[in-house]
Amino acid sequence: MPELIAKSALHGQAPKVALGTTLSEGVVEKMVSVAPYPGRGAAVDAVLGALGLRFPAAGEAVAAGDVRLIWVGRGMAFLLGADAPAGLAEHAALTDQADGWAVLRIAGPVAVDALMRPFPVDLRAAAFPVGKVARVPLNHMQAVLCRTGEDAFEIMVFRSMARTAWHEIAEAMDVLEARARAS
Amino acid sequence: MRINCPLCGTRDRREFYYYGAEDYLDRPAPEAPAQAWDDYLHNRDNPAGVTRDLWYHDLGCSSWLVVTRNTVTHEILAVEAVADRKGGAA
Repeated sequence: MPELIAKSALHGQAPKVALGTTLSEGVVEKMVSVAPYPGRGAAVDAVLGALGLRFPAAGEAVAAGDVRLIWVGRGMAFLLGADAPAGLAEHAALTDQADGWAVLRIAGPVAVDALMRPFPVDLRAAAFPVGKVARVPLNHMQAVLCRTGEDAFEIMVFRSMARTAWHEIAEAMDVLEARARAS
Repeated sequence: MRINCPLCGTRDRREFYYYGAEDYLDRPAPEAPAQAWDDYLHNRDNPAGVTRDLWYHDLGCSSWLVVTRNTVTHEILAVEAVADRKGGAA
């Protein structure tokens, strides 16, 4: 059987750097949505416990080593970096999402300022601490926004929107850079 | 106008999709009389004041919400998740 060549959504896109802040494409090899069936919350937590995880509360990301479980909406989380553990399919609807999403990462001193332009949420540390996740529109695109560090964020959009999402954030970085140069 | 989503917090109303009156939550039984189906599908109050209707957080967490609002002042008085109200999955 021929080996297909896997390409990411922004294949060949070089990282963009402005004001010491880098926008780059992230790689997610494994991504599975987990949607517990009604009344199975405890059973789902018991199975996830084997990985050192539990089902996240709204707006929360749970991690165990490189494996993460991030909240992405009512009754749904994405498992990143691992296959679904055995037995989980009995208690939750599982769907492979790896082909459907693009991941962008931004890290650096103006990451917050750049993201606060297109995302209508307060991203200051007090309101949006490290580890917080939000479903929030990136202009008119449905997106998942996750703070992975003091100055680092991960943005997920539908794969078909990857270039538009990149453009919106890159433009916000350009504006901040131009303003810094002018002042 | 902002809606306080129980999962996402206070968000602009443009993140939400308006569906219609709260009446849609009370679907008659299949064999219910024609009058009940007529009321369910077509007959709505149009109050100048407090009304309750269904909204969907489509640019957010995908929750269906019952929003109590005032059509005169545009004030949002209460927001409740349909799932919580029916005791469904969290």
